[in-house]
Amino acid sequence: MTVVTVTNVVKRFGETIAVRGISFSAERGEILGLLGPNGAGKTTTMHMMLGLTSHDEGSVRILDLEMPKDRYQILQRVNFASAYVSLPANLTIDESLYVYGKLYNVKDPKRRAKEVLEELEVDLPGSALVGTLSAGQKTRLNLCKALLNKPAVLFLDEPTASLDPDIAIKVRAILKKLQKNHGTTIIYTSHYMQEVEELCDRTIFLARGSIVATGTPAEIRERSKLKNLEEVFVTIARDGELRDSAEKDDR
Amino acid sequence: MIARILAMVMRYLFIYKRSYIRIAELVFFPLMDLLVWGFVTLYLEQVTQSKAVLFMLGGIILWDIFFRAQQAVGMSVLQEMWVGNTLNLFVSPLRSYELIISTAIVGFIRALITISGLGACAYLLYAFNILELGFALVPLFGLLLFFGWTVGLFTAALILRYGEAAESLAWIVPFLIQPFVAVFYPVSALPPLLQVFAQVFPCTHIFEGMRSVLHDGGIPWGSLVSAFLLTLVWISLTGTYLARTLTHVRRKGYLTTAARG
Repeated sequence: MTVVTVTNVVKRFGETIAVRGISFSAERGEILGLLGPNGAGKTTTMHMMLGLTSHDEGSVRILDLEMPKDRYQILQRVNFASAYVSLPANLTIDESLYVYGKLYNVKDPKRRAKEVLEELEVDLPGSALVGTLSAGQKTRLNLCKALLNKPAVLFLDEPTASLDPDIAIKVRAILKKLQKNHGTTIIYTSHYMQEVEELCDRTIFLARGSIVATGTPAEIRERSKLKNLEEVFVTIARDGELRDSAEKDDR
Repeated sequence: MIARILAMVMRYLFIYKRSYIRIAELVFFPLMDLLVWGFVTLYLEQVTQSKAVLFMLGGIILWDIFFRAQQAVGMSVLQEMWVGNTLNLFVSPLRSYELIISTAIVGFIRALITISGLGACAYLLYAFNILELGFALVPLFGLLLFFGWTVGLFTAALILRYGEAAESLAWIVPFLIQPFVAVFYPVSALPPLLQVFAQVFPCTHIFEGMRSVLHDGGIPWGSLVSAFLLTLVWISLTGTYLARTLTHVRRKGYLTTAARG
């Protein structure tokens, strides 16, 4: 079942075209990697799917609803976490998860907060102020917030960027578990290609606002005749495109 | 809807639970104003035998109702930017009007704390009883709250549009209008052109109304009605501006840059 459909979406910021008519979809229970070098348009695309930024052309449909027309119905059933966004620094862990639990209409926010804290192994007193946590702890707490409403679609913007390798492995395991047990669709941006290969069912590489490659990590590797996604990423970052092996042979 | 509004009210009140400084701040600066200007006016009253001290003390206390309401709404967006929480809020199901209502409730609580603290001090220090305003205190308080929320919304819209660069506006905006809205002196003290300008602000009619009550005890219906109608006009204009600003910032992607900036 398709839960996310992006069709011919264009985004302009003045003279700059950030996203150039891209189309893709994501199925229920799929982990989709949205990849590309800085400025490729992946974060803008994610923000358009979340209704933070409006698109100029095309359509974004999530869970059979139209963004931005049905923004609040969609936002009730999705969630978001980013290494670059924090929960309120002046609230405690318990307070911030309680507030967000209420915002997402979670039935028993205190119990649910306890569950997600255990799930993500956040072994900190609930009375600790968010502002006093390390970057890695804040990132995990943000992930806890993102799981509070058991989202059907989870948007993650570089969620493991500030985590140590041990915690990053655990977070990946949790995401896999979410996918398996709840059929959660995860749309994911990351610069760690090893992680992407391990986690993503399918990847979309963007460069200068256009899709330049799409497929499973194995398919992309095979088509490009490159050793791994790291090399794919570097090639796209330098050339702005990815020629498949047949094209390369012709040349 | 109510659960989300209450969640946001708690989000802002949780902060006060741990911070005595924040609670003290609600009364400290207004109290300093009350002390300095109260004693100055007391002295002037001895010299001139006027009701100046009544008008001054009433002006100080009522001005602070407006100021606290404006700050609660206007500063909320800025506070979220400071703590890096803007993006999380805007991707949650929290609607803009729910956020506005929650900050307005916080503004009401803050104004109530301030008016109670100042009212008690004014009574102890100057034998000035704010309750002397009688029934008129209710509409005066209500209208000031509404206009404070309105100016707060305008400030929030400016901050959303211009980001943290507009931070100082959150503090400045109330003081931009203060000289013209008859807080400490009647409109008749202003030059003729400014007297006309002063009429467009609901505050002017509220403070003129306060002086009228303190002077002869009658309820100034004319001033109250003018203030009410003007508040409706200001709310409509500000609401339109805020809606346009939200569309603009979503088109420009400013919600995300403000959160990271």
